[in-house]
Amino acid sequence: MADLRIKIGSLEFRNPVILASGTCGYGAELEDFMSMDQLGGIIVKGTTLEHREGNAYPRMAETASGMLNAVGLQNKGIDYFEKNFYPKLIGFDTHVIVNVNGNTVEDYVELSRRLNSLDAIPAIELNISCPNVKRGGMIFGTNPGSAREVISAVRKVYDKTLIVKLSPNVTDVTEFARISQEEGADAVSLVNTLLGMAIDARTMKPRLSTVTGGLSGPAIKPVALRMVWQTARAVTIPVIGLGGIMSTDDALEFIMAGATAVQIGTASFIEPRTATMVVQGINTFLDEKDFDSVGRITGIINRN
Amino acid sequence: MKKRVEDLTVTGNKRLGESFFVIKVSSSESLPEIKPGQFVQALVPDSPATFLRRPLSVHDVDYSQNTISLLVQIAGPGTEHLSRLLPGEKLNLIYPLGNSFTLPAKGERVLLTGGGCGMAPLLYLGRSIAEAGITPQFALGFRNRSRILDHDEFLKLGPVHLSTEDGSEGHRGFVTDIPAFREGEWDRVYCCGPEPMMKAVARVCSGRKIFCEVSLENLMACGMGICLCCIVPTTSGNLCSCTDGPVFNINDLKWQTSG
Repeated sequence: MADLRIKIGSLEFRNPVILASGTCGYGAELEDFMSMDQLGGIIVKGTTLEHREGNAYPRMAETASGMLNAVGLQNKGIDYFEKNFYPKLIGFDTHVIVNVNGNTVEDYVELSRRLNSLDAIPAIELNISCPNVKRGGMIFGTNPGSAREVISAVRKVYDKTLIVKLSPNVTDVTEFARISQEEGADAVSLVNTLLGMAIDARTMKPRLSTVTGGLSGPAIKPVALRMVWQTARAVTIPVIGLGGIMSTDDALEFIMAGATAVQIGTASFIEPRTATMVVQGINTFLDEKDFDSVGRITGIINRN
Repeated sequence: MKKRVEDLTVTGNKRLGESFFVIKVSSSESLPEIKPGQFVQALVPDSPATFLRRPLSVHDVDYSQNTISLLVQIAGPGTEHLSRLLPGEKLNLIYPLGNSFTLPAKGERVLLTGGGCGMAPLLYLGRSIAEAGITPQFALGFRNRSRILDHDEFLKLGPVHLSTEDGSEGHRGFVTDIPAFREGEWDRVYCCGPEPMMKAVARVCSGRKIFCEVSLENLMACGMGICLCCIVPTTSGNLCSCTDGPVFNINDLKWQTSG
């Protein structure tokens, strides 16, 4: 059994496999299929200060080897989260991370401050990359000045592990990773979804109520992998890789490109046990190749 | 009931009319309890072009044989692929998913109405109602005679009233034009079919203060309440049709008044 432990900031994870925000609910939804205790961590649904109903139906379109979504951060807000979800999340023997969203810098700061006081939440993922909201989200993650402002402000009020989730919808993702590092983030996670769209040619209408949405799934994996590789070479803080990981080999590719950890997202919709299968698969791979820890293969392609 | 992911074995696949088929799959284990109205998420085998699973209503369950039947309409390459699966081949399902119809109390008069692939959940619902000692009646609507699907199994459970839009069989018009529906004293009406049909049925039931549940067929990705894509606007806000539904009381739906 190889050593699968990894570290993000001061936080140790039992293995490098984490469930991605927006694809695992609050963990309980997937418990019939696997135990959360087998995972490195789970990042629960994107949360805002206020209750949000999200975008109108239809919010989803299947595409070649992927899907578009335009959920728009539907969630019940932090008060409801604290009262109803948090007590259940305390019971999981894994790191529970909250994905943080807002319309303004003040929203992000206030929400981060609230989460800082919740003992069972050891980290937050600052989402400056949601493509499906009119305000906030990707607007912060595609403008260097805004990104710097929000990360800096949150860092001042949040003293636990801070992960910044980056958008692929930029010319140079490493610029945003560097800004995250300079402003004190403990890690960056990438990529969020790629902005895309689909039209039903027969009805001559867009398939999403919002016209555009975020593309995920295997279709985006090569793009995500490239960005993770570039980012891992550009910063010294850990990089958490995600984007179209469906299998052990997909996860290994991200790790070999330089990711310290990986997130399993859309794959859980199709095979809800993907994350635990990947944990097992990474362990088997390391044993077969005689690597005593996952750290041995992190960024290995850059060492050859 | 605990949900499971499982490879089941195809034991039959029968074409029904031009664009429907009934696929029967068998589990090597005991089936979990499956309630009428619940659905499965089927993985289209070896088909990367159809990335997501296909939500399919449970049409019938035979616990003695551990088999589940699914009535499916061919709507694209995914369902087309499923229609060509042969006995002995595997079909991976996540099941049982979703809520279920509310079963009637003893002595209540119930009508099950639908059309096309909306007939899918009505057979198992009808069977469950019949097993509870109530004789269900069915009102099934089709475009014309040639589109009428085999409904022998429904006839074994109770009277079946038919409508066709052109009057080529049964009553001319829609299910809501069937006299048994219009004039019957119903305690409960259950409906699954195309949205205009469900809205029409809901209008009649709402006007006559009849308890009515409909089963919705929204686009969905996960089927487990995690992607939040299949939402339905309700009086309690946006709910997931996969976990809060697919069965909804018409009084909770917002489209009922706007439609």
